[in-house]
Amino acid sequence: MEVVLVSLLNGLVYGMLLFMLASGLTLIFSMMGVLNFAHASMYMLGAYFAYSVSRLIGFWPALVIAPILCGALGALIEMYALRRVHRNGHIAELLFTVGLAFIIEKGVQMAWGLLPVPYRVPPVLDRALFHIYGSNFHAYRGFMLLISVLMFVAIWLLLTRTRIGLVIQAALTHPEMVGALGHNVPRVFTIVFAGGSVLAGLAGVIGGNYLVTEPSMAATMGPIVFVVVVFGGLGSLAGCFVASLIMGLVQTFAVVLEVSFADLLAHLGIQVTSSTPLAEVLTIPLPRVGALLPYLMLILVLLIKPRGLMGTRDT
Amino acid sequence: MSDGAVETAARVVAAQRTGSLFRRQWPWLAALAFAVVVPWFAFDWSTGRHSGFGVSMLSQIGIMIIFALSYNMLMGQAGLLSFGHAVFLGLGGYVTAHVVTASRNGFPLPLELTPLVGGLSGLGFAIVLGYFATKQRATAFAMITLGIGELVTSCALMFRIFFGGEGGVSTNRMTGHSLLGLAYGAPIQVYYLIVAWTAFSVAAMLLLTRTPLGRMANACRDNFERAQFVGYDPRMVRFFQFALSGAFAGIAGALYTLTYEIVTFDTVAGPLSANALLMTYIGGVGVFGGPVVGAVLIVLLQSWVSLLSNSWLVYAGVLFILMVTFAPMGLTGLVMMHQPIWRARRMGLLVGPYLRLLVPGLLVMMGFVLVVELCSFLTIGAAQGKSLTLGKLTIDPRSATPWLVASALLVGGGAWLRSAVGVFAVAWHAVTEHLKAAGAGS
Repeated sequence: MEVVLVSLLNGLVYGMLLFMLASGLTLIFSMMGVLNFAHASMYMLGAYFAYSVSRLIGFWPALVIAPILCGALGALIEMYALRRVHRNGHIAELLFTVGLAFIIEKGVQMAWGLLPVPYRVPPVLDRALFHIYGSNFHAYRGFMLLISVLMFVAIWLLLTRTRIGLVIQAALTHPEMVGALGHNVPRVFTIVFAGGSVLAGLAGVIGGNYLVTEPSMAATMGPIVFVVVVFGGLGSLAGCFVASLIMGLVQTFAVVLEVSFADLLAHLGIQVTSSTPLAEVLTIPLPRVGALLPYLMLILVLLIKPRGLMGTRDT
Repeated sequence: MSDGAVETAARVVAAQRTGSLFRRQWPWLAALAFAVVVPWFAFDWSTGRHSGFGVSMLSQIGIMIIFALSYNMLMGQAGLLSFGHAVFLGLGGYVTAHVVTASRNGFPLPLELTPLVGGLSGLGFAIVLGYFATKQRATAFAMITLGIGELVTSCALMFRIFFGGEGGVSTNRMTGHSLLGLAYGAPIQVYYLIVAWTAFSVAAMLLLTRTPLGRMANACRDNFERAQFVGYDPRMVRFFQFALSGAFAGIAGALYTLTYEIVTFDTVAGPLSANALLMTYIGGVGVFGGPVVGAVLIVLLQSWVSLLSNSWLVYAGVLFILMVTFAPMGLTGLVMMHQPIWRARRMGLLVGPYLRLLVPGLLVMMGFVLVVELCSFLTIGAAQGKSLTLGKLTIDPRSATPWLVASALLVGGGAWLRSAVGVFAVAWHAVTEHLKAAGAGS
């Protein structure tokens, strides 16, 4: 029981972190029509910027400055590069983001080195918040949860209750009509791209010290965020939210449940020994398979329901 | 008509056919001849040895040519963007490694035919995985292949019996079974085996583009709805194309195993798939030979520049981004753009503007290279205890001078390049307008 409750909380924290990344990605997808492979790179840059800024003036200013830097970079990329590449078609646009992710990874290696940097949780939050069945719930996890819930409420209010939010929503689905009504659609696109980058940067700031800040963090996070976005349904924020939580819970529970197919078969009265065919596959414990689960989910959902959970258009 | 006349006519036709084969395919035959003689340029006559570095690089070029061309069967010819193509190279390589080991223990398979095993296993895996992947097209297809790539990579690290875990599977190619009686101990013998299989694969893939399947793949790429109206099932076209491209990637994987005698999870992982994309796109997806150019260029860059610099991947990435932004048809596409101008004998008008681009372009490139090298020496190089030298001159990345030089090169060269590009654009516009007018007039 305690395992379930603790894992539930951890899964929630991880799921909300995923949602912070995935929500920006799904908005950018609705706008560009292609997946942005450089999105996880913004997450990585957020973590590295926060590390550098927090060494100079502390963690709290970094919480604001690093996402703004990421947003500014995103705006520059959209205005000066993506718009030009857009003329060469969807594939070129997608490949551009692939190349960008590649260069950002190499650039980070050159600027901050190949090894993980010591980006730590601020001392104020580096303690237990409360105890639950003898295990600690870390205060920083509570802080992450708070930030991500605040962010969730903020973008929901922004998109549904403000004028610019309504214009953004309209521009994502009917750009020509919105343009004809006199709104500056290219600027809306820049805002969306920059906003998505800000969210990714913020996720990097609060996720970088919770996980590890290293040059391969974009490559490990990127595919998982893709899975979340595709699983939830491209372009759907609600689906994205549900998928993030599912993915957070799946990944957390997969780590703590020490079972394998062999255990399952033992319940059915079949004993697996080393001479059984496929013994290696059957006896592998679930925590080691955990890394496979997101990709299995991705392939399954694309085969069975290509629109994802709540998607409105085909991938 | 008498029999003799028919015979003569047939002989003339046959002669014409070989003649036209020679005329039309001479670049391929020249490339083949070059591949056969090129190792002897680096032959050390005093010791009677081949340059190990040279032969290994040439072998890698051969393998990557097959790999990039098989990737282009999907990307260029069928319009399918795959992020998991290395899976078939890697799996073909793993199967070959096991077969070669079995062959050492008595299984009588000549080493020359092991690439066939790699190709068949690549085909088999591509049939199984392609059954799922080709259900979708466009972005969904790309995402499924991404998932398959990650899935197989994780499996390769997880399972020990087939994949050998993190250590990979190693083998020994001196099996004692050979059609030609060769031992294949020396890398040069394997190189000629690679040349033979590369020639075969290139010819086969070239012929495949002329079959109805190849044509339908193009049709489904351009407009899959119309292809459906003609009565073809685009999914089956995608499936066949995917399976065959997996087979050729498997051949490349087998040759990889024979060259390195070890297969690790790197051969199925994302970076190699990305490499296929890089080679194919930089070379050009629109021309059949494009990926060949890309493969040669990237391998040269990889083995040559990586000796000089830590950051060759940055250069490859920047080249890729520049190609995507300014030349989406790749290097061969750029060359093909000049074909009508060349035919109209108007190239002379462009020589001047091109020369004017050369100097500022080189300046900007030097500035950029300097900045990248300075950055990498501040962090990675410092950690490895290396120092940056240019000829006899040692450059200290911590002093201000090299940074000032680099930024001067970038800013000054950039401004100059901008004006030169303006001049070039005017000249290019004039020439193409002239060609259009001439085309309309005739």
